[in-house]
Amino acid sequence: MAEQLSGTVLVVADHAGSALSGPSTEVLTLARSLTAGPVAAVALTGEPDTAALGRFGAGTVYVPDLDGLSPTVAAVAAEAVLAAVAQARPEAVLLVSSFAGKEIAARLAVALGSGAIVDATGVSVADGTLVVAKTVLQGTWDTTCVVTRGVPVVAVKPTAVTAAELPDAGPAEPVAVPVEFSQAARAVRVVSRTEHPGGGRAPLSEAKVVVVGGRGVAGDFSLVEELADLLGGAVGATRVATDEGWIDHAAQIGQTGVTISPRLYVGVGVSGAIHHTAGMQSAETVVVVNNDADAPIFEMADLGVVGDATEVLPQAIAELRRRRG
Amino acid sequence: MRIVVCVKHVPDLQSERSLDDAGHLVRGEDDVLNELDENAVEAAVTLAEETGGEVVALTAGPEDAVDALRRALQMGADAAVHVTDERVAGSDVVGTARVLAAAVRKIGEDAPVDLVVTGMASMDGLTAMLPSALAASLELPQLTLASEVTVAGRELTVTRTIGDADEVQAAELPLVLSVTDQANEPRYPSFPAIRAAKGKPVTTWDLDDLTLATAGAEADGGPEVGASGAGTAVVTAAPRPPRAAGRIITDSGDAGTELAEFLLANAPG
Ligand SMILES: Cc1cc2nc3c(=O)[nH]c(=O)nc-3n(C[C@H](O)[C@H](O)[C@H](O)COP(=O)(O)OP(=O)(O)OC[C@H]3O[C@@H](n4cnc5c(N)ncnc54)[C@H](O)[C@@H]3O)c2cc1C
Repeated sequence: MAEQLSGTVLVVADHAGSALSGPSTEVLTLARSLTAGPVAAVALTGEPDTAALGRFGAGTVYVPDLDGLSPTVAAVAAEAVLAAVAQARPEAVLLVSSFAGKEIAARLAVALGSGAIVDATGVSVADGTLVVAKTVLQGTWDTTCVVTRGVPVVAVKPTAVTAAELPDAGPAEPVAVPVEFSQAARAVRVVSRTEHPGGGRAPLSEAKVVVVGGRGVAGDFSLVEELADLLGGAVGATRVATDEGWIDHAAQIGQTGVTISPRLYVGVGVSGAIHHTAGMQSAETVVVVNNDADAPIFEMADLGVVGDATEVLPQAIAELRRRRG
Repeated sequence: MRIVVCVKHVPDLQSERSLDDAGHLVRGEDDVLNELDENAVEAAVTLAEETGGEVVALTAGPEDAVDALRRALQMGADAAVHVTDERVAGSDVVGTARVLAAAVRKIGEDAPVDLVVTGMASMDGLTAMLPSALAASLELPQLTLASEVTVAGRELTVTRTIGDADEVQAAELPLVLSVTDQANEPRYPSFPAIRAAKGKPVTTWDLDDLTLATAGAEADGGPEVGASGAGTAVVTAAPRPPRAAGRIITDSGDAGTELAEFLLANAPG
């Protein structure tokens, strides 16, 4: 058995609607491996998914009273989590490393006088301390880091851990938490919120297969979408494709878009600019279709096809259909 | 509107970047203004133009970080403040936020600062944590990751896209704003602007000029900045082995079939 902490590990549990999010189930699974003590959750919704929280290992779920404020406001979320921290007195706080999670992590580190590490790809315990693995400089360096004082705050990348349920676990026990919100938190007003239609495909950051279209698809994403659907994957894009308006901005993979670590990445008409590859370099298997043999993305490819996407993809799609009957 | 825009001098993304034995980024070889801060400077200058205000560019960093300030001045900032002190080296994001917050407070002694603008992330650390850490240190509201910004009187409204939703948020000044690369098209300085920048004031401060916020750190009794004040440390750092060379095939009519076979063999589930 690997070394473990003995105190509580507190996980900030994200919900998608009324359901516990996939990345949160992963972080809860990770938390269980880190402590011999309790795993607790804090939910930023009044009605947490206690059944799922229990199945993934949370005994307790702290439910801060948001007083009608929106948890999408970073300060509101952070102050709610801090109130739960004060009650749970955890040995560590874990979050999902999304943009929202990173914002909360930063605020927690400031308020707790500790440190935060985001984009973690693995966490273990050595000599009573959390040791965090993290890849930096656009995927070119591997590091391990520690938090040197106070309650460590660690945000874990989606798909870094495989979620596993506990057999026969009962629901998590909700515990109400009062919160004193600061003026700075109350000052931000949410004017409107519009959810993008997901189109029935897996969320990009969690998808095991992602098919990405770049400038080379020349405005037509239909082949990319067809291939993604055949492989049960999600559709991504380069910034060029989103800037051109060929697909929604939410599909952008890279530095300033979504970070993905799928098992299989398929890039179609993508050159491999560092801004883009920064967001997909941890993909396990990389497949590329590009008509320019000198495109830098071929250096990352496990299989690279030099060819015209409008010829290669229809043939591949037809063959996939035929083989799958 | 009196605006402070925070900028950072970082190693060029296209250059060979590395970490030193302490796990700190090697700087000073091929450094440039952080690309994403160009959007911050553009947002600050545009807002100042719209509201008849002033922009002060601020950085904390070694001597040559003044180049990042020069670029901000060329893009239209009116003045610049450079916090440079060996004791800042090795700070983590919380320490950096404390230094910048202390500098913003000092800039505010002359006349109140209405708005602090930053880029969404720096291309070196890419943690995207600084804007939030800065807002928390300054105890100001934050409107972060804005892809659109509008101002009406004392109220700022932003659009932010996070995950699978667009949200419109608003707050009254003073506040901390961070903008994404979608927010604007950074201007390219004209020759007259480059010439004019040479005459703009750059003030240099060290830590003795600043009163650092004591929140959090004082309880531990430790320093607030620098490597010994940092809440995080790098234990090991090693360059990643390059990916093993893959198989490259050139389409001569049946590459699609081969592609399908590979996908079938490698697609999970
Ligand atoms: C601050 C900043 C942030 C950025 N953030 C991101 C980011 O997060 N994500 C991102 O993706 N980009 C980002 N970019 C942009 C990035 O630098 C590149 O411009 C972009 O990734 C290139 O997209 P692309 O590969 O689709 O286009 P290109 O580089 O133009 O490549 C298109 C490729 O398609 C190939 N092609 C053309 N026709 C065909 C065909 N018929 N069949 C097969 N192949 C074909 C071409 O040979 C070429 O290799 C950012 C840029 C900046 C400055």
